[in-house]
This record gives sequence, C-alpha cells and structure tokens, in this order.
Amino acid sequence: MTGDVLLTGDTRHKNALMTLEGLTKAYPGVVANDQVSFSLLPGEVHALLGENGAGKSTLVKMIYGLVKPDAGQMTLNDAPFSPVNPAAARASGVAMVFQHFSLFEALSVAENIALGMDNPPSTRELASRIREVSQAYGLPLDPDRIVGDLSAGERQRVEIIRCLLQNPKLLIMDEPTSVLTPQEVEILFKTLRKLTSEGTSILYISHKLEEIRSLCEHATILRHGVVVDTCDPREKSARELAELMVGDKLHVPTREAAEPGAVALSLSGVSMPSPSEFGTDLRNVTLEVRKGEVLGIGGVAGNGQDELLAVMSGEARAREGSITLAGDEIGTLPPGARRARGLLTAPEERLGHSAAPEMSLTENALLTGAVREKLVDRGFLRWNKTEKFARRIIEAFDVRTPGPDNAAGSLSGGNLQKFVIGREVLQDPDVLVVNQPTWGVDAAAAAAIRQSLLDLAQKGAAVIVISQDLDELMEISDRFTALNEGRLARPVPTQGLSVEEIGLMMGGAEGDEVAA
Amino acid sequence: MIRLEKRPQPSKFWAAVTPILAVIATMIAGGILFWMLGKAPLEAIRTIFWDPLFHETFGPYSRPQLLVKAGPLILIAIGLSLGFRAGIWNIGAEGQYIMGAICGAAVGLAFYPSDNVLIFPAMVLAGAMGGWAWAMIPGVLKVKFGTNEILVSLMLVYVAENILASVSQGLLKNPDGMGFPGSRNFRDFPAAHNTDLIEGTGMHWGVAAALIAVIFAYILLTRHMLGFQVRLTGEAPRAARFSGVSPTRLILFCLGASGALAGLAGLFEVSGPSGQISIDFNAGYGFTAIIVAFLGRLHPIGILLAGLLMALTYIGGELAQLMLGLPGAAIQMFQGMLMFFLLAMDVLSHYRVRWKTPAAAQEGAK
Repeated sequence: MTGDVLLTGDTRHKNALMTLEGLTKAYPGVVANDQVSFSLLPGEVHALLGENGAGKSTLVKMIYGLVKPDAGQMTLNDAPFSPVNPAAARASGVAMVFQHFSLFEALSVAENIALGMDNPPSTRELASRIREVSQAYGLPLDPDRIVGDLSAGERQRVEIIRCLLQNPKLLIMDEPTSVLTPQEVEILFKTLRKLTSEGTSILYISHKLEEIRSLCEHATILRHGVVVDTCDPREKSARELAELMVGDKLHVPTREAAEPGAVALSLSGVSMPSPSEFGTDLRNVTLEVRKGEVLGIGGVAGNGQDELLAVMSGEARAREGSITLAGDEIGTLPPGARRARGLLTAPEERLGHSAAPEMSLTENALLTGAVREKLVDRGFLRWNKTEKFARRIIEAFDVRTPGPDNAAGSLSGGNLQKFVIGREVLQDPDVLVVNQPTWGVDAAAAAAIRQSLLDLAQKGAAVIVISQDLDELMEISDRFTALNEGRLARPVPTQGLSVEEIGLMMGGAEGDEVAA
Repeated sequence: MIRLEKRPQPSKFWAAVTPILAVIATMIAGGILFWMLGKAPLEAIRTIFWDPLFHETFGPYSRPQLLVKAGPLILIAIGLSLGFRAGIWNIGAEGQYIMGAICGAAVGLAFYPSDNVLIFPAMVLAGAMGGWAWAMIPGVLKVKFGTNEILVSLMLVYVAENILASVSQGLLKNPDGMGFPGSRNFRDFPAAHNTDLIEGTGMHWGVAAALIAVIFAYILLTRHMLGFQVRLTGEAPRAARFSGVSPTRLILFCLGASGALAGLAGLFEVSGPSGQISIDFNAGYGFTAIIVAFLGRLHPIGILLAGLLMALTYIGGELAQLMLGLPGAAIQMFQGMLMFFLLAMDVLSHYRVRWKTPAAAQEGAK
C-alpha cells in the first residue's frame, strides 16, 4: 500500500503502521511539541518538514525512545508503543540514521556495525550479511575497510546498513543528504525506494524541499511544535512548501544584473597543510573574484572549506605573493591588516569562532570591527562608539535581542548569524568571504542574509560564498566552483549549470583536470 | 530532588555573591572542624576573623601586618589573573617571586654600603626583570616547542628554591654574618631598605605597588585593547585568532607581566618585611596568590578584597595557633576549604537550581 491517493485522515489512521496521538513535550521555557498527531502508512516515505526549532528532532527522539513524552500515545501495528530507550525501539522495529554519525574511525566497517547491535553475530557471519544487504540495496560497502578511510557518503551507508540488518518496519532519517553529492543522493534515493517497495516506512526529515518533492508521498509540517498542515509534497512547489513552513510569504532574493568589474581578490596556487589533524590540506587553489560578483564555492563538508576561509581571513598565512587584494600582496598579512585593506570574512562556526558566546554583542562587534570602524584610539577602547556600532547591526539586520549588552550565546542561531554577517557587511568590505552563511538559520532569516550579500555585490563589492547548500549557491552566485579534497574546480557561470555538472565538480572530476 | 538547569548566560549577581557565600560556608565547615579538634568553634572563628583587627592587645601589632601580608598576595595575584583570564596557567609565581627577590637584592648588596638614591629604584627594576626572565622560560618553551606552561613553571619553583638555598649560603651570604646562612639585613642598609611609607601602618612600597597594579589592571581589562584580547583569548581562543590576536605575543605578555609582578613582590618583601635573603624567606605567597586570584574572580577589585581576606586568615591563623593551640595544618586546611567552596559555589552562577517534586523526579528517572 502506498500513498498514491491522498487518503482521508480516518482511512490513514485505520491502515497505519504507526500513529501518534496528542504527543506533547515541554522543556523549560519552550513547548517543543504540542499535541502532535499524525499517522504513517506502511511503505510510505513521510516527510517531516519544519524550520529549525520547529520540534522535528524532539518528535523523532520520542519515537526512537530517547525522550519521554509528557503526554500523548503512540501505536505501532495497532499495539500501544512507548519505548523506554532506543534498544526497545529497535526491538520493536524502529531504526534511525542520525545526522551526525556515531562511528569509530579506527575500527572496520564490520566492527562498527557489531558495536551498534544488541546481539552481534560472529565477525565472519556479520561480514557476509553486510555484503548481502549492501548488494541487495545497491549500497556497495566492504566490511573490512577502516571507517577512517571512507567518504561521508560511505560512512552514511555504514549507518544505513546497520539499521537494515535489523529489518526495520520504520526507518527514521534525519537530514541524510546534507553530506552527500547529488550522485550519492541518487543512490540513496534508489535504496529508499526499494525499501518502501518492500513495505518499510520511512520518516524523512529534511529542509531540502526539492528532495522532499521527489521522494516523499506525504508531508507533515511543524511550526513552533504544532502540526500546521499536511500535504502531498509532489503537488506543491518548493516555494509553497517553504511558505507553509514559515507561515508567511517568502521573500526571494533578487538583484539587477550587472557587469563584473576589476579583479578584487585573487589566489594563485595556494597550497597549505591543514593546521588540524583531521583537516584537509589545500592543494594548488587558484581563484579570482571580481568587483560586483558573487562566487559560489560548493562541496561536501570537510573538503577544505575551513582551511580556505582561514587562508583568506589571515588566520593561516599563505606563501608570499600567492594572494593579492586589488593587486597588492596580502598573503602574509595577519587578520587585522587584511581587514584594514578591505578583506572581511565570516567563518562557519558562530559560537567560538566568528563570535565569543559569553561576551556581549557590543564586545563581539569590537571583535572584527576594531580596525575599520575605528573603535580603538591609541590602544584604548571607545565603548560608546562600539555600542553604537552594535546597535546599528542589530537594527539594520533585525537581530532579535533585548539589547547589545546580551551575551552572543544567548541569541538563537539565526539571530547570531544575522549579527555576524551584519557586522561584516556594515563595515563596507571590498571583498567579503562567508562560509555557510545560512547554516542552521530559518528560511526567513536565510532569505534576508542572502539579500544582504546580493546588495553588497550590487554596491560593487566582491563576495565569495562557501556553502554546502547547492540551492543557495544556485540562487545567488554568478559563477560556481566546488572544493574536493582541498582542490578547487575551475569556476563556471552558474546560469544553465546542470545537476550532473555540479556533481562532477563536487566529486573532483573537474578538479583533476585542472591539477593535471 | 534538586535539578540543575543551565543559565543562558552566567549570572552576574551570583558571580558577585558566591565569594561571600563561600566565606560563610568555610566559616561553618571550619567551625565544625575546630569543634571536632576539641576547640570552641565560635571562639576560633572570632580569633581568626575578628581579633587580628579589633583585639585590644594584638590589634595594634597585627593591623599593620594585614597590609604587609596582603601587599605581595595582591601584587602577584593581579599578574596571575591576567594569564588566567586568557587561559595561560602560570603556576610558578613562587619561583618568579624568589628570583625577583634574589636579583633585586643582589643589585642592592652589590652597592653596599653606598647611599646613592638610585639604588632602591635599580633594585626594583632588577626585581621585576628577575621575575620576568624566570617566567619567560616557560613562555618561550611554550611558544617554541608547545610545552605545557603549568608543568614547566611549577618545576622552575623548585629550581628557584635551590638557587635561593645556594646564594644564601654562598654568593649573597653576609660577609660579617659569622658564618650563618643569609644575606646582609636591609634594615642596616638605609638606601636599599623598603621602609613603611607611613610609620607603623605596614604600608610599604610593595603595598603601594599592589594598589597601583590593581588600578592598572582594572583599566587594562575594561578600557584597553590588550585587555580585551586577554579576555577574548580566554573566552574563545579561536575567535581571538580570527579577530587578529597573536597567541605567541599574548602568551609572552601574560607570562611576562605575571612574572615581573611576582618578582616585584619578592623584591619588596626581601628588602622590607623579611629584611634579608635567607633559605626560607619565601612564605608561599606565590601559591597562595593563586587562591587569591580565583577568590577575587580574576577581577582586580575582587583580588584587592580577596588579598585582604586571605591576609586576615594568615594573621588570624597565627593568632589561633598562639592563643588556642590550633595546629598549623588546620589553618592551611581552612584556606583550602575556602578555595574548595568557592569553586563549588560557581555552580550557582552557571546554573539555576530547581526543586523537583518527587513524582516528577521519578518520571525523569524512568
């Protein structure tokens, strides 16, 4: 039975594999889930849609036995279902693939899978079963390989196969495609479709609306912990889905087309060993960005994004002559001197990198604003001026906070991101480099941030956006390139770029060509 | 059932109140300790906290002692607090204190018995340089080779103690001392003596330097870019690097400043209250100052108050040994308890304490 026809609530309920009835969970100060009810049909891919903080995670944690609901009931196959822990949930046939993998890098695939099982069979038997399952579902995986050598996509397969070995009736997947290339996403979707054809239900959490439209038959939309709507996502446009999530009209960033100007920033042959043991070395990275242009850099996480940002921000130094800003060599300059010359950056990690969580917003405004905003006079801090600068950011970027005296860490992710981006944009950079500008930010805030980046380019600044969100890059960038294992592909115009070409660039096919 | 709930941001109110609560808790626990030792608890507490200042017979003697003891503690703790704020752990202030004293005293003794007015300033400079240089050893090793400054600075304390033993029996030994270990006494060397600025108050140059250090540290931390960088590095080291702070420079600055201030404290002590370089002139101020720094919340004004409080327990402790026959170890334990309670009370500034009904607690435990 599939959801080909959108069944009425009652019929769904009668035929359901699982029903949720009035599930409620409150944390101090926030109701994460309020009277959530819906049902899952056998063999259905059911999307759980909602912005960050809408209560998706709490809900699946209750189904998986990690969190106990304050009120409400669940049934599985018409029997009451209230797992006390994940082991009980697994025993009843509920499995979950988490967004963040829980794998030991030094152990083999088979050993990792054995560790996650309640009663693991012998290693040899397990290995043959892993081969069997991985072939049956089109997920090639060698049980003897060490997990540390696997790509993100392969690691996810380990997690999926770990679940499949338990023959689950319901598989919960939390943002499974955030670490995958488009090709890997296709493989994953094939596997999931095969699973549903065998009667397994899938509860699919994602904020990638196009994926949900192509994969899911039914969607439940959460907003502030409440089910606000259900729909068949195949019948809605991505924009309609987004507006259901946000509960408001969505602003789509726009700008007028303009001819790019002179070269603002150029990197030529930048190679740098990663400062971190688990980082990625940059290899022969060459790029140019012109005034008034937005350059998008895609790529799966961990392919050198952090390192690329560090070498531009000045946290890492490059070889002399390999980075120039408006023609001047800056590769060996420290961060402050680069800011003074007009190159500003915003790293991905908000808490602890682009902002100090326990310090006030005023102090955080000083963190990068000291030089360009002249907040320091012969070493002494001009607190009044700094506070005014912080207030300007808060106003211009609609940062929701009681005031600039509040600690950065007390802001929500989206609001802090608006503050961090606003802090750099308002300093009027010649070149702005941002890494994951809208990561973990709700749709409305993300649209505002994108618009501000486009406005900046419109005013003649060069903007580099490093992001794992391909939709975002397609929407705002003029040219696109991708990082793969520290190599940068040759940038190409974004307009008319196909998914296949993007996938090849992210997979490194193009990058090899450049390196050769 | 008590439940702890993390506050969105640390409470400023509780951060200010917890040291006071810690002192009260220490008094209670200390009282129980003294009671178990067979002493009257209230009397012991009164002897430690009240009598040094207000006792008819002992007061006039111990009141100046308060400043004499608090001066070096505050001076050292101010320096340490800069590093601690930035996550740089100089545990070896005792060693820097000793080396400052030796270097400063050596410069003075070299000119004995001259009465040039520049001798004392030269000694002050040499004292600061001695402590600075001793702290640069862990600093440079950390910057160049990534060694742990906690271990290196701590081990250098024992090196310094041995150097002290050596010079007090050799290089700096009083030629007129009839073979006793120890240098000439600065009381007999007016140009190099660190006397009371106001007679009978215990207010010597070291106390003045401590007060100046408090003011400077306050301005540095609240009004100056360097102080901001110190705080930023402690709060979020990665953000500090992103902001443009050079970790190397900051490590050398913090260790250097704390070493120089400890060296100054050593010089003022040896040329004043202690009077001479002797094998055991150092009284553990360098270690106690760590407690003072934390008790004062690494805040200059807090350190000023904490230094006075700690000096009080020193003097009161001696008084309690004298009058009540409390063992010296009990006093040290008393000071240890103060640190212990302070750290434990920290929970209150980071967490909110909530009461849970037994029913709800059971639910949660399931």
